[in-house]
Amino acid sequence: MSNEALIHGADVHTSHDTHHDEHHVHHHKETFITKYVFSQDHKMIAKQFLITGIIWAFLGGLMSVLFRLQLGYPDQSFPWLEDILGHWAKGGKIQPEFYYALVTMHGTVLVFFVLTAGLSGTFANFLIPLQIGARDMASPFLNMLSYWFFWMASIVMLSSLFVQTGPASGGWTSYPPLSALGGASEGSKTGVDLWLVSMALFVVSSLLGGLNYISTILNMRTKGMSMTRIPLTIWALFFTAVLGVLSFPVLLSGFILLLFDRHGGTSFYLSDIYLASGEALPNEGGSAILFQHLFWFLGHPEVYIILLPAMGMVSEILSTNSRKPIFGYMAMVGSLFAIAILAFLVWAHHMFVTGLNPFLGSVFVLLTLLIAVPSAIKVFNWLTTLWRGNIRFTPGMLFSIGFVSLFISGGLTGIWLGNSSLDIHLHDTYFVIAHFHIVMGVASFFGMFAGIYHWYPKMYGRYLNNTMSYIHFWVTMVGAYLIFWPMHYEGLAGLPRRYLDYSNWVSFNQFGGLNRFISIVAMIVFSVQLLFVFNFFYSIFKGRRVTTQNPWGSNTLEWTTPIRPGHGNWPGEIPEVHRWAYDYGKDGREFIPQTEPVGVNESNH
Amino acid sequence: MSLTTIFILTILLLGFLITFQIAKASEYVGILKGEKKTLEQNNRINAFLLVLFMVGGLIGVYWCHELFKGRILGDAASDHGQKIDKMLYLTVIITGAVFVLTQVLLFWFAFKYQYSEKRKVYYLPHNNTLELIWTVVPAIFLTVLVGYGLFYWFKITGDPPENAMKVEITGKQFSWIMRYPGKDKEFGRKYYKNINDAKENSLGLIWADVPELNLKADKYAQDDIVTDKMMLVAGKPVKLIINSRDVIHDVGLVHFRMKMDAVPGTPTTMWFTPLYTTKEMKVKTNNPDFVYEISCDQMCGKGHYSMKGQIEVVTQAEFDVWLMTQKPNYQTAVLDKEKTNKPATDSTAKTAAAPNMGPDAIAVKK
Repeated sequence: MSNEALIHGADVHTSHDTHHDEHHVHHHKETFITKYVFSQDHKMIAKQFLITGIIWAFLGGLMSVLFRLQLGYPDQSFPWLEDILGHWAKGGKIQPEFYYALVTMHGTVLVFFVLTAGLSGTFANFLIPLQIGARDMASPFLNMLSYWFFWMASIVMLSSLFVQTGPASGGWTSYPPLSALGGASEGSKTGVDLWLVSMALFVVSSLLGGLNYISTILNMRTKGMSMTRIPLTIWALFFTAVLGVLSFPVLLSGFILLLFDRHGGTSFYLSDIYLASGEALPNEGGSAILFQHLFWFLGHPEVYIILLPAMGMVSEILSTNSRKPIFGYMAMVGSLFAIAILAFLVWAHHMFVTGLNPFLGSVFVLLTLLIAVPSAIKVFNWLTTLWRGNIRFTPGMLFSIGFVSLFISGGLTGIWLGNSSLDIHLHDTYFVIAHFHIVMGVASFFGMFAGIYHWYPKMYGRYLNNTMSYIHFWVTMVGAYLIFWPMHYEGLAGLPRRYLDYSNWVSFNQFGGLNRFISIVAMIVFSVQLLFVFNFFYSIFKGRRVTTQNPWGSNTLEWTTPIRPGHGNWPGEIPEVHRWAYDYGKDGREFIPQTEPVGVNESNH
Repeated sequence: MSLTTIFILTILLLGFLITFQIAKASEYVGILKGEKKTLEQNNRINAFLLVLFMVGGLIGVYWCHELFKGRILGDAASDHGQKIDKMLYLTVIITGAVFVLTQVLLFWFAFKYQYSEKRKVYYLPHNNTLELIWTVVPAIFLTVLVGYGLFYWFKITGDPPENAMKVEITGKQFSWIMRYPGKDKEFGRKYYKNINDAKENSLGLIWADVPELNLKADKYAQDDIVTDKMMLVAGKPVKLIINSRDVIHDVGLVHFRMKMDAVPGTPTTMWFTPLYTTKEMKVKTNNPDFVYEISCDQMCGKGHYSMKGQIEVVTQAEFDVWLMTQKPNYQTAVLDKEKTNKPATDSTAKTAAAPNMGPDAIAVKK
């Protein structure tokens, strides 16, 4: 028996059977183009989002490695950098303009392209039809357009890396006047135009996707699948889509005004500006702060757009692998709802020190800290879900536990930053970096990894390699804390964000050694992500084959489809649903799928 | 590419290959052993690692604190700063307790309830009492934090005392300009289009009529003192009037724990009372090089990281002496120059009186 045969075992039959099943479904003829490129199958679109997201995550992560190199070794030069980057790294040292371009692109790419498109785009597409029992999205065509708008946004953003004056470099928030005036920053020349065009395309993509997700969830649930029976993943993706649909247009309006200010001579954001070149601009009466209101009206919901899908998937995976129902399903839905509502009412907590009216500030303090209540409910419910369970530590489960840990750590520091008095000191310091990287960045990444590990068998009919998965989890988990935990201390010391060198400051030069340490860990963690990427692509072709329909013993509908479902998901009738998704460990049975009718002797809960 | 880079890349590549081979081999071994046995073994290892991570992590948290506690906060050097520090300690106690409690529960549960063939799970879909408790208890703690926070917030953002001195600070790419009102204690008018760095009028003060901009001379502007260093008096409240000449900057005063954006076109303010002179701080911090630094805390362009200003806090007597030696901007930029090169191209001579002030000229009122 060869090794290959050993891995794939006697499953050859099964896979043939499933292929056989697929043929019943495929009424239309599929070419390479319609199957892999302009596909309208939600599962393929999900994979397109995921793989594009992985490519962006690689680039975004690589950027962070480059600027961590500068932060860790501000006084050294690396001649090979100049070989690769040319004048951006003159003399082997990353130039300030390039440093700022890197942090800007790192933020934009990871927030929008990876954690919005790559995370919610992937799993909304993949899970919604499969878990609610639909053959596809409400509009498969718009769904396809959603991906291709994202693809165009990606191309435009990528192209901005290659323009002479460099990509946008005013931070991922792109506050004007800095982002409005080419005279104030090189990156604000062509770079910001490309950035704005790309983001506009991205908003279109996100709206097309979001509207589709909402209408699919509301209208296309299978028989018996009432809203109180849908898995929490679907609730989370639903609220995510609602948040996106309501807030992305506001961002777009802010961008359009910015474009007018840049090219139309308007003064929405500009007033009283005298450039270093000696030129006094004609604009008067604009408000630079207006942009921040428009930006953060999306910007804050955006962090929940990123986080909610992760929360939903983690709820699902924790419950499945604890072999125990999720604790407080209705409370989980209610807290998701509360978070979604509050997400719209807290944006100005990013603006406590902009000169905002202090009374207005106090209202935002109250509303911001209110979010801690539904967040606390979620954490306690997750903990109770683990309590007296029978836990299997699959890689997906480990990442889910890691998610909860990170969500606690990063969420608690939100209570610091949301309190305006403390924010005065901590605003725009490393404390903020530590906070949002843990709670939004790494935690959501953990949710995404959990989702990938858990649903990979459904996506590709194969498993990821376990050993590499465990290595990936443990190095990432330990590394994430090693990188971001000490940053809280730098923040308490007041180290401002977006400085590429602290050595000239009497107040901030005490962390040279720590910065070097963080940079080294960041590089190690990055290389382990490469291991994951390798595992991902390798396993698509060579992974151990899935031989059973329901490898995790899960209740939800996606595991009632064939191992490799075709377009349409179920070869025959769509199954009917008789119960909620979390009957694990009920009446002495390990799990009871949603499709199983409620028995006569079954206990009530 | 240097030899070391190639060396590092080779090592990385080898590391990958080895990991990959091990991973592949362990998969075969797993299959040979049987799926169930492999799962149980992996489960035990990971459960142990989780609890190890928790213990190691908590020790790490403690160790990290011991390592860095001396390099952070220090004594707050302003009254507001002391309030903020107090808030900080209260918050760290509350959130710290929640942190330890929830993390320990998380990892302990994970370890304790790891898969065992014998264990029967407890079917517990919900429990209203429990859910009510952990809705109400966090709400109470948050109310306390919000209450404290807002109490201080309104004190900090409220009106400064009557006797507060006023200093204007203006950010530009990439430095700070300070202005004192001079003998008349009034800031004169300025207008951004009147700025002229070459003629040493970095703020656009309207010393003389500027007919082409429709500006009329403001005598209050003539004695305004413009410097690049801020002098403050220990124990005396100060109100900063904050402006920007180009993009958004932020006046970050780490030792005073204060921060406020500088927004072009929209003046902002903040006030505080410095408690210690720079000399006292040198002793307190045991650092002879100590200075109160102003850091720009809002991304403002390529020189953002080096946009540094300086504050010197002195006693009232020292301050008075300093103030006396300062010449008004108008004098150094115009009057002194007129004296040295006689037939000067005198801008003040052009008194083609403008009928009224430019409507947009910013008047900084007291």
